[in-house]
Amino acid sequence: MQEFEPKIVAFVCNWCTYAGADLTGTSRIKYSANVKIIRFPCTGRIDFMILMKAFENGADGIIVSGCHPNDCHYSTGNFHARRRWIVFRNLLNFTGIETERIQFSWVSAAEGFKWADVVNNTVKKIKEMGPNENYKKIAVSTLFNEEEIINE
Amino acid sequence: MEKELKILKYNDLPKLIERFRTQGYPVLAPVRKNKVVEIETVESLDAVALDALLSTQSAKKAAFPKVEKVIDYTLGKNAVQQVPVNPETHPETILFGVRPCDASGFKSLDAIFGDTPRDEFYLKKKEKTTIVSFSCPVADSYCFCTSVGGGPGNTAGSDIQFTAISKEELLVEILTEKGAKLASHFTDLLSDTKGDIDKNKFLAEVKVVFDMNAVVGKTTASFNNTALWLEQSLRCIGCGACAFVCPTCACFDFQDEQNTKKGVRLRLWDSCGFSLFTLHTSGHNPREVQSQRWRQRIMHKFAYMPEQLHVVGCEGCGRCSRACPVDMNIKEHLTSIGEIVTV
Amino acid sequence: MSELINKVTQLLNDKTIDVFIGYEKGSADRIRAAFARTAEQAAKLVYTASCTQNLAGYLMKHEVKKLGKPGLLANVAALRSIMQLASEFQVKDGEVYVLFANADGSFTEFTSFASIEAYLGTTDVGIKSDEQEMIARLEAMSVQERWLFWNKEFDKCIKCYACRAACPMCYCHRCTTDVNQPQWIPVASHERGNLDYHLMRAMHLAGRCVNCGECANACPMDIPLNLLTYQLIDPIKNTFGATAGMKADAVYALSTYKPDDKENFII
Repeated sequence: MQEFEPKIVAFVCNWCTYAGADLTGTSRIKYSANVKIIRFPCTGRIDFMILMKAFENGADGIIVSGCHPNDCHYSTGNFHARRRWIVFRNLLNFTGIETERIQFSWVSAAEGFKWADVVNNTVKKIKEMGPNENYKKIAVSTLFNEEEIINE
Repeated sequence: MEKELKILKYNDLPKLIERFRTQGYPVLAPVRKNKVVEIETVESLDAVALDALLSTQSAKKAAFPKVEKVIDYTLGKNAVQQVPVNPETHPETILFGVRPCDASGFKSLDAIFGDTPRDEFYLKKKEKTTIVSFSCPVADSYCFCTSVGGGPGNTAGSDIQFTAISKEELLVEILTEKGAKLASHFTDLLSDTKGDIDKNKFLAEVKVVFDMNAVVGKTTASFNNTALWLEQSLRCIGCGACAFVCPTCACFDFQDEQNTKKGVRLRLWDSCGFSLFTLHTSGHNPREVQSQRWRQRIMHKFAYMPEQLHVVGCEGCGRCSRACPVDMNIKEHLTSIGEIVTV
Repeated sequence: MSELINKVTQLLNDKTIDVFIGYEKGSADRIRAAFARTAEQAAKLVYTASCTQNLAGYLMKHEVKKLGKPGLLANVAALRSIMQLASEFQVKDGEVYVLFANADGSFTEFTSFASIEAYLGTTDVGIKSDEQEMIARLEAMSVQERWLFWNKEFDKCIKCYACRAACPMCYCHRCTTDVNQPQWIPVASHERGNLDYHLMRAMHLAGRCVNCGECANACPMDIPLNLLTYQLIDPIKNTFGATAGMKADAVYALSTYKPDDKENFII
């Protein structure tokens, strides 16, 4: 059997982590190719519903990353985001969604090595956890599995 | 067809479901889940809540589910390929253990969906559903079926109706061709009736609380009675609970769900109680306030439907009143409309 | 009862208020909201142990607002709702006349937000012990068990939005579920649509929920929705030191921050 290759979506801020990931590339550091990076203006813009949508569309894992505290380009975006994540993780855990599938991190524009580590470690962790079966089962019901929905 | 009367032993009831299942029919029946009673597929009689007064939701989902796919489509480069769902593929289903108001509720739905243009999704499913109802030995204060032309032993809409006439025996009324076809699977369990049986003796007593013709007439005439509708609906919070548990509410919405390659078109329940129901793209809402939406709900059932489809859109099951979080009691509201002296 | 009726009649007569939102006898053995605008209507008001509905939600209702200055028969949850609404700039001090029903059957007038704040400061506003037990029972489960539990509960949901309509904090004219460009929450009441809707609602009420339980009471399908927001009350209190509906000038916990907010999951 082919080894499970998880799909990871990374939501990163434009000013720190995106530049950090760029540095990883220009420094020729190799890292796992499972990740798809989506650039946001700020971690403060990364709404929890965006994370839910990622899971629904088949993500096995999610990385959310931005500027270190006090480094936010907009001064406070990451502070607000941090509060939201603290609450959101509680809610996910309570509704039985594995919080381990979402990795939050601070990666600055100078931390090319750290970005490679974050991605590699997350991929390793998600490989151990296996596919996001729970979410896939409910998420694709309308699009791919007819029986699920007829007669509900 | 002429209705046929038979007797079935109560102990043989589990065999019925067993036989339906071995014949491959899906069986939908009321199932108790904590405080609510849902209509769900069952495998044996043990799961069926025959003692339940009424299911929380009506049985309409057998032919009109809360979510229903109508079209599958794929997005090509230049064209969209559509594959409509074929309603013919719906399996022959048995709706078992529902109440007379559920069965007769399908009459209103038939009138709505059977009107032009005919709605094949509903009609095919309904055609393939055989309804086995149980008459009501008990009723509660929310029930008012007798006031809207129904009753605890009303056979309208049922294919077979059971009535418990003793602890051991059930009276079986085979009412339609579909019912006779289903009954052929358990003919050996049926015996002939001995003498006349007065079914009414075994039914709950439901008092007539208002004159339906008066209510229909007065509702029709009260369209501009703003004060009436406002007074009745002040406490209404505008949710859709009443519409979604109603056996005759038939409003629906269409939604497409798709990714970049393919998608589905879904038909979903909708409710006139929602402000979004009539909201125009421009921002204008012809039913701007809750009292207008409440008026619509009552007018639709008691003025528009009698006028256009010659049926009253209410079975008197009282589900909406039981489900309402703020105690909007339809029986009470209709009674007060019936008591209006001058309109 | 006569104390209440006399008081309300007097308030209506001297035009202190235009409408009094209280309770009256409903159908069967139920109690329901009543809107007294005349002495005749005031005479029908009742107050019993079954009068538990949080009436503060009606303050946000368009047609009730049009009736004029409201008076409200409040329980603790309603007081907290008013405080929370005030902190979100939905009601102003002096706009609502509040009559509070004490446990012993007597009534206390609250004419200013300051007096409500003072009272709430001395009151137990926690969630009930059976709700606490239920949350503890769920928290003791494995993640997968919790997933299955909520899956089963959400499966019953018919998306009638009674929870949203009954919630005093869900006063948005355009709810996220009503937004279709982009469509965040599927309109359909299938598994995905239901999960999305309830997670979204819980998240939007995190730190704002005043644990009145109206959502769960309103649910015709008997889903314990209140637990979703209740279980966030303690983490928000412990981490951010914030409790909803205690002060009229409170800042919403999720629209502020401290540079040293503690977490243990960001690497």
